[in-house]
Amino acid sequence: MPKITCIDNSDGSTRELDVDSGGSLMEAAVSSNVPGIVAECGGSCSCATCHVYVDAPWLDKIDEPEPEESDLLEFLDNVSDCSRLSCQVLITDELDGLVVRVPETAD
Amino acid sequence: MNSGYPPRVVIVGAGHGGTNAAAFLRQQRFDGEIVLLGEESAAPYHRPPLSKKYVVGVGAEIDLKSFDFYRDQEIQLRLGCRATSVDPIEREVVLEGDERIGYSSIILATGARPRKLAIPGAELGGIGTLRTVVEAGRIREFLSAGRELVIIGGGYIGLEVAAACRTKGIAVTVVEREDRLLARVASAQLSRFLTEHHRSHGTRIMTSANVTGFHGGSDGMVSAVSLADGTEIDCGVVLIGVGAEPSDELAKAAGIACDSGVIVDDQARTSHEAVYAVGDMTRRPLDGRPGLFRMESIPSAVEQAGQAVAAILKRPRPKPEVPWFWSDQFDLKLKMAGLVQDSDTSVARFAGGKGAFFHLRNGSVVAVESVNASPEFMAGKKFIERRSTVDPNALADSSLPLRKVEV
Repeated sequence: MPKITCIDNSDGSTRELDVDSGGSLMEAAVSSNVPGIVAECGGSCSCATCHVYVDAPWLDKIDEPEPEESDLLEFLDNVSDCSRLSCQVLITDELDGLVVRVPETAD
Repeated sequence: MNSGYPPRVVIVGAGHGGTNAAAFLRQQRFDGEIVLLGEESAAPYHRPPLSKKYVVGVGAEIDLKSFDFYRDQEIQLRLGCRATSVDPIEREVVLEGDERIGYSSIILATGARPRKLAIPGAELGGIGTLRTVVEAGRIREFLSAGRELVIIGGGYIGLEVAAACRTKGIAVTVVEREDRLLARVASAQLSRFLTEHHRSHGTRIMTSANVTGFHGGSDGMVSAVSLADGTEIDCGVVLIGVGAEPSDELAKAAGIACDSGVIVDDQARTSHEAVYAVGDMTRRPLDGRPGLFRMESIPSAVEQAGQAVAAILKRPRPKPEVPWFWSDQFDLKLKMAGLVQDSDTSVARFAGGKGAFFHLRNGSVVAVESVNASPEFMAGKKFIERRSTVDPNALADSSLPLRKVEV
């Protein structure tokens, strides 16, 4: 069971998620009630409310985003080079140890 | 009466609004009790898939949260549990069977119920509405017998079901009372676009058509729909998709201010202290506009859940969001933001069948309706939020980047 570390950029708090391979990172985050991952559209790549920053060493262990995801990411206010929509990140055993950060909610 | 300590938040309704409110409370480290009451027997689930693949037999995993979520988050989820009254003075909710639960705060999230048609034949078998997973299952079963479907109402639910059915080769007729589809919520341009797209996939669409009754066979099942002009449409299944009424009976009976929905402010507060309301049952303000609106969308319900939780926990009100909505029909991913009714002109920005209708008022974008065009949607939402003035010619020109259209 890959372990994933989720850091909340709003307050620096950390959560460890134990997840099953085969689901998405968003599903794992929602299961653990991670603040800031809203996933309004239920994972259909429609809303960009599951946005995370993937720690640099892990970025290329994840498949490149499809255009649909990049299109949504491009316009996010707080987008960075390591932004991904967590509903499009498939958890594999290769991602054991993955570290992601949840962006601060704009206020 | 709840003594106030430990605090207990009771949430009446376990749909998108109620369930997210419960989740948000724990995310914000509320450590009191959370009681989440759901009238339906199914654990909280995503409603959008019901009008899409689900209704034609592609049973998706639709639970809102994982099985262990409620236990892990110490949310007392009670299913098949109906509230019969709320006492805002004693701060109690009464359940069927007379159990009383005291609360320090209560969030009403009972949603809306589909309108029925009180016309001859409405009690025949094979006629249904679509709100719940049980109703979706019933329609699924009727459709699996290879019957022809008539959909009354050319709104989003009707069109999504029509698209799902056409994809499976099921004959569908959409009967719409107004002179165009989506008359209440979408622009004439989007109506026209979708009408053409549906017709190209074989959906039969009749507008300015009023249903006057249903005919049935000796088996008690519907066999035809009658229109005011005398037309009869043969069918074996009917979906009534003519909108929904807010389920505000509990609030009304409790003396909470209602007006076709529970009236709330921008913190989801009702007329009564410690009583909040979220989702399809509410009439809510929208940032920057006068009046109150009944917004029937998941983003609105989720936003209000956040407002209610912030108010309960005495945290700052969340930043207002631009209202938005999505719909999937055939190969089209539609995303809309803002309110079309606010606009005075429109600009189309399309290339290769993808793009958006932007709707402007006094030179600024107030609404966007996008078709397979996330950049246009996201940019449009941003323009709406910023109240940016845009150059309509630049906006209409797909070869110019969106970030160049603001003036």
